[in-house]
Amino acid sequence: MRRRSLLRRTRRRRERDDGGFRLGTALFALLVLLVVAAIGFELFRNSTLPIRKFGWNFWRTSDWDPVSGEFGALPFIWGTVYSSVFAIVFATPIALGIAIFVSEISANRFRRPLAFLTELLAAIPSIVYGVWGIFVLVPIVRKFETLVSKTPLHRLPIFAGPPYGIGMLSAGLILTIMVVPFISSVSREVLRAVPLTQREAAYALGATRWEAIKVALRCGRTGIFGAIILGFGRAFGETMAVTMVIGNNPQASLSLFAPQYSMAAVIANEFSEATGDLYLQALTEIGLVLFVITLVINVLSRVLIWSTGRAPKRRIEPASAAAAAPEAA
Amino acid sequence: MRNPVANLLAAAVVAAAAALPAGAQTIQLNGAGATFPYPIYSKWFSEYHKIHPNVQINYQSIGSGGGIRQITERTVDFGASDGPMTPEQMQGAPGIMHFPTVMGAVVPVYSIPGVEAELKFTGPVLADIYLGKITKWNDRAITALNPGVRLPATDIACVHRADGSGTTYIWADYLAKVSPEWRKRVGVNTSLKWPVGVGGKGNEGVAGQVKQQPGSIGYVELIYAIQNKIDFGLVQNMSGRFLKASLAGVTAAAAGAANAMPKDFRVSITNAPGPDSYPISSFTWLLVYQNQKDKTKGKILTDFVHWMLHDGQRYCPELAYAPLPPQVVTLEEAALARVK
Repeated sequence: MRRRSLLRRTRRRRERDDGGFRLGTALFALLVLLVVAAIGFELFRNSTLPIRKFGWNFWRTSDWDPVSGEFGALPFIWGTVYSSVFAIVFATPIALGIAIFVSEISANRFRRPLAFLTELLAAIPSIVYGVWGIFVLVPIVRKFETLVSKTPLHRLPIFAGPPYGIGMLSAGLILTIMVVPFISSVSREVLRAVPLTQREAAYALGATRWEAIKVALRCGRTGIFGAIILGFGRAFGETMAVTMVIGNNPQASLSLFAPQYSMAAVIANEFSEATGDLYLQALTEIGLVLFVITLVINVLSRVLIWSTGRAPKRRIEPASAAAAAPEAA
Repeated sequence: MRNPVANLLAAAVVAAAAALPAGAQTIQLNGAGATFPYPIYSKWFSEYHKIHPNVQINYQSIGSGGGIRQITERTVDFGASDGPMTPEQMQGAPGIMHFPTVMGAVVPVYSIPGVEAELKFTGPVLADIYLGKITKWNDRAITALNPGVRLPATDIACVHRADGSGTTYIWADYLAKVSPEWRKRVGVNTSLKWPVGVGGKGNEGVAGQVKQQPGSIGYVELIYAIQNKIDFGLVQNMSGRFLKASLAGVTAAAAGAANAMPKDFRVSITNAPGPDSYPISSFTWLLVYQNQKDKTKGKILTDFVHWMLHDGQRYCPELAYAPLPPQVVTLEEAALARVK
């Protein structure tokens, strides 16, 4: 009798306590959603003038003229996407190489210093990257561009234009350096999380080291994909370093040599001195566009990760292991 | 009282209580706006605080646009701007007054391999370079102004400010005055739709790009060029003389414009008359409401502006700003008397 009442009391206590706890944590989780929604709403509310005046043309046209009040954001969208894609294309193989070397290949005593050094890159403030870009990277890029413009390669659209040094190539390269530590450190953690037994199983079946690493990479591919998206998001929103080397010229060009512009850079450059409501709201709408595109990319990547995660887990089939075995022998 | 934390806390409470009566008397004025005059403004505010220990003036250098917005919404006691407010902006802030404080100038900088001489420019030539109509350094228009200088046949790379800036405003204002095509095609603002060229961030961005890029031309504030020992070219003024920018030349430009000074001081002094006037000069302004809501603050503000017009001006040369000419100071005194 007593025991049952004790049980009931415990349960009631648990219900009361845990219910409160659950509600509390749910509130905090909701807070994040609320903040995101509030930012989106506020950006929208503060860009009604250009939305009403330009509509979808804001996304499609490339006239940016504060004097006559004509605003089109296409060059900025283009510049942001171009530089981020450039950075991801070059940073991903480098970062994966670093991650694989640190977690799988290097000797134990080098692991920590190597990991520390790559993460140090992420700790450098972006203004320092910008200044380094202006004084070190840009002159090197200019030399390279001058060399290229003397060869027939100059006729290709991606190498067209005078060798300014500052421009899309410099911006892409600086972003590459900046996102490498993000991708590599997350990928390294992902690889470390893959159980050792997976690799041992592969070795037991006679796999080479590269084949065993491939098994580990396959196990961690959703995590690695997430790391790449993280790097992409970082490149997308990067402001200071990019604005210092991209050339700040609102033109959408395929050329890596051309000075171009990015969304974050134009906001940083023009917001403080923007006069007039339409101009100010046009800059806010660029913020809204940046917000929407970032959101879409993140949602898409989440969906991709979920769908690969939910797919039936493929095991290493005996057949493929058997196929690998003779090679190893 | 063995606990050190409690000790500290008690001490802090006592100190705060002691500081309170003094703190209550301190009057704070808040201002916001232009970045260009920020060094001399902070010098003024600290010097003024030394004379009047109960007055504390805070200034946020958030840019002219921000200064105009904040004074319009009355979230600050005074604003500051490198460009005069437009008629539309004036409607939003009825009773706003402009007070010129100091002056600045903009100079053309360039780097051409093999050319050591100081180049001479005219306004129309500078406009045509920035319109993309003059594209080579050995263009007839430039060589005719610079006999005896061997200019190479290299392309001209134009560099401009990427960030919205009072410097761009002054530069464009001058070019619009001397070139009808500039006025029609580009216009005047703190940010422009540039026909050609690349954008550098800040004076340092423009200067850095010009230094590195062979055959480039840019424009920076005179103060920046002087402090960083950057060579710059001469510009022809209205009287036909080629002048190298100097603080005296800027003050002369303001004196030249003083005769035609409108009552509200919203005037551009680019291309001012007078043999010694450097043509790309400009005021920077404080923005103050004629009717002050808080009379105590209003009185302190007028007292500060008066001090700034007289004693404050002597700090100009050491910080490389051009002081106001006496004619303008007299006009401003009359305007200041109207602030209530």
